[in-house]
Amino acid sequence: MAEIIEKFITGDEIKTDEYLVNMGPQHPSTHGVLRLLVKLEGEIVHNVEPHIGYIHSGIEKMTEALSYPQVIHLTDRMDYLSAHMNNEAVCLCIENALQVEVPERVKYIRTIFDELQRLASHQLWWCASGMDLGALTAFFYGLRDREDILDIFEETCGARLTLNYSVPGGVMFDIHPDFQRKVKEFVKKFKKKIPEYDKLLTGNIIFQNRTKGVGILSKEDAIAFGVTGPTGRASGFSCDIRKHHPYSAYPYIKFDEKLGTDGDSFMRWKLRMDEMRESLHIIEQLIDNIPEGDYGVKMKAVIKLPEGEFYQRVETARGEFGVYIISDGKKNPYRIKFRSPGFSNLFAINHIAKGWKIADLVAIMATFDLVIPDIDR
Amino acid sequence: MTNEQLIEHLSKAYPDEVALQGNQYPEITVSREILHAFMQNMKSDSNLSFDYLVCESGVDYPAFLQVVYHLESTTHKHFLVVKSNTENRETPALDSVSDIWPTAEFHEDEIFDLLGIKFNNHPHLRRLFLDETWGFPLRKDFYDDIHVVER
Amino acid sequence: MGIKKNKEFEINDFPILDQYEGGSIILTQLDALLNWSRANSVWPLTFGTRCCAIEFMAVGASRHDMARFGYEVARASPRQADMIIISGSINYKMAPVLKRLYDQIADPKYVIAMGACAVSGGPFFYNSYSIVKGADHVIPVDVYVPGCPPRPEALLYAFLQLQKKIKREKNFKTRIKK
Repeated sequence: MAEIIEKFITGDEIKTDEYLVNMGPQHPSTHGVLRLLVKLEGEIVHNVEPHIGYIHSGIEKMTEALSYPQVIHLTDRMDYLSAHMNNEAVCLCIENALQVEVPERVKYIRTIFDELQRLASHQLWWCASGMDLGALTAFFYGLRDREDILDIFEETCGARLTLNYSVPGGVMFDIHPDFQRKVKEFVKKFKKKIPEYDKLLTGNIIFQNRTKGVGILSKEDAIAFGVTGPTGRASGFSCDIRKHHPYSAYPYIKFDEKLGTDGDSFMRWKLRMDEMRESLHIIEQLIDNIPEGDYGVKMKAVIKLPEGEFYQRVETARGEFGVYIISDGKKNPYRIKFRSPGFSNLFAINHIAKGWKIADLVAIMATFDLVIPDIDR
Repeated sequence: MTNEQLIEHLSKAYPDEVALQGNQYPEITVSREILHAFMQNMKSDSNLSFDYLVCESGVDYPAFLQVVYHLESTTHKHFLVVKSNTENRETPALDSVSDIWPTAEFHEDEIFDLLGIKFNNHPHLRRLFLDETWGFPLRKDFYDDIHVVER
Repeated sequence: MGIKKNKEFEINDFPILDQYEGGSIILTQLDALLNWSRANSVWPLTFGTRCCAIEFMAVGASRHDMARFGYEVARASPRQADMIIISGSINYKMAPVLKRLYDQIADPKYVIAMGACAVSGGPFFYNSYSIVKGADHVIPVDVYVPGCPPRPEALLYAFLQLQKKIKREKNFKTRIKK
C-alpha cells in the first residue's frame, strides 16, 4: 500500500499528455477577438499559437478606392484608443509629401490632444488589466475618471472615441473657448488620482506576486521581435519616436523617456503608470502657451501627392505606428501600408510565455496591452 | 552614418545594385538571388548593424510583385529601404529573412496571405487572416462580386 | 370573449377560463407578471469586437450605469446570459462563432445590434471584402442602434425599447403556437 502511494506522489508511473486549450475568440477579458491555442502539460504552458483574422476588414484594400481625406476616417477605427494619433500620422505624411508648413497653433493643439488621448488609453488599459487579474474595482475607478477626458474631447471635436479631428493642413475647427480652463482643472484633479491608483493595485502584495518576474523579455529579443512602445521600453529598448524623431510640438518641450531594466510584467505595468505622469507634465508645459493664429492652412480641394514613397512614424499609446504611402500621382493612393504596433508585439508572446502557468499567461497578455483591430486591420 | 556615406558604402560593396536617395531615406533595389546574403551582411556588418526590421510590405506592380523592407539601426541611428522584385506574377517566390529577424516570420505570413508571394525556407508559412478558399485580395486584379459592394 | 358553449370552443381557447365571462383576465395578468419579471432582468453577454465595445464598457461603468435597469452583470458564458449586444463589425470568419454563441443561449433570448457596423456594415460597406454587411444576415436582431459609435445614452434608450418590446409578448394568451 505504501509503495502504491509513493509511486502516485512521485509520478514515475503516471503518463502525462499534452493537450490543447482554446482561449476562443469570445472571452471575458476585454482585449478583443483573439484566439489563442495553448498547448499545456498540466498547468505549464508549452506553446502559444495566436490565430487572428476574426476582425480583418481589408482596410488596406479599401484605401485604394478612396481619396486621402477619406483614408483618415478609416484610420480612426484601427487602433481606436489612440485614434487621434493615427489621424495625425496620415496628416503628417501628406503634409510632408506636399511640403506644407502648418501653423504653430495647430502643432500645439495636436500635441495636447495626443497626450490627452494617451492618458485616456492608459487609463482604459489600467482598468481592463485590473479586471483581467481579478480586481473589478479598478474597472469602475478608471472609467469614472476617463469620462472627464471624454467630455473635453466632446466639446471640441464632437465625438468621444473616434475623433477624426485632424485634416491635412490643420484641424477641422478651432478649440472651444473653455478648452484651456477645463484641461487645467482636469490636470489638477488627475494628479491626485494617480497615487490612488498606485495604492489600489501597484502596491498590493498579491498583485506584485502575480507580476514580478513573470514573462521576462530581454532587450535583444525586444529589438529582434520589433516590440516597441511601453512594452519594449520596459526591456531597455529605447524606441520613443517622440524623442528620436520628434514631430508636431515635441521639439519644443522637455520630458524624460522612461526606460526599464528587468523586462518583466511588473516593469511594464510601472512604466505605463510613469508614462501617465509624464503626459500630465507635457500637457502642463503646453497648455498655457498655445500661440494665436490660424487653425489650418488652405489646401486644394482634391489632394494629389507627387509620385514616390513616403513613410511617417508616430508614437501611439501602444508603440510605433507607421504609415507607408506609395503614390503614383493620382488622387487615390496606389498602396498604403500601416505598420501597426500590435502586430509585432503579439508574436513575441510565444517566445516569453514558455514555461509559465496559464494564470501567468493572462498576466502577460494584460501587460502587453493589445488592441486586436490594430493587429488585423 | 549620413545618407550620402551610406549610399557610397553600399555602392562600393555592391556595384551591381542600384543605390540612390529616395524622397526621405536611401533606397536600394537588390536582386532576389543575393537577397539573403545581402540582408545577413546588413545585420552583421559592424559599421551598418541594422538590427531592427521596422516594417515589411508587399506591393503589386503590373509586371512583378515587390517586397519592401524598412531597416533601422539602434546603435548608429541610420535608416535604409531595401526593395526586391519577384520574377513574375504567376509564381512569385523570394527568400525568407525570418532567420535573421524573427519578426519577419509573421510579416511574411501576412504578405503570403494577401498577395501570394511564397517565401523559401520559411518555418511555417500559413494564411493568417483568410483561409484557403479566398484568392489574394491585395492584388490589383482581385475581383469578387459576391462579397464586395463596389462604389 | 364571453361565455362559450361546448361546441363553440376553438383550438386556442382555455376550456375552464372561457366558460365564464371575463375569464381571460387571469391570463393577461399572468402575462404581464411574466413579462415584467423578464424585462427587468436581462443579462447581456460580453461580446465586443470593435470600438463600440468601449462604449459598451462605458455604459457598464459608473456614470451611465446599466445595472439600474436590471442589466446587472455582463456574463462571460453564453449559457448564463439572456442577450447578446453585437458591438462591432462581424467578419466572414467570425460569423460562425457568433451563430454558435447565439445557439448556446437559452430561450428567451434577445439581440441588440449596436453601431453602424452591426446594423448594416457601417463604414466598411463599400469596397471591403471581408465584412458581413449587417449582423442580421447571421442572427435575428430585435433592436438596432445607429451611431459610430453610438453615445452611451443611445444604448440606454435601446435597452428601454427592448424592455418595451418584451412587455408586449404574449405567452399565456396563445396556447398553441402556430
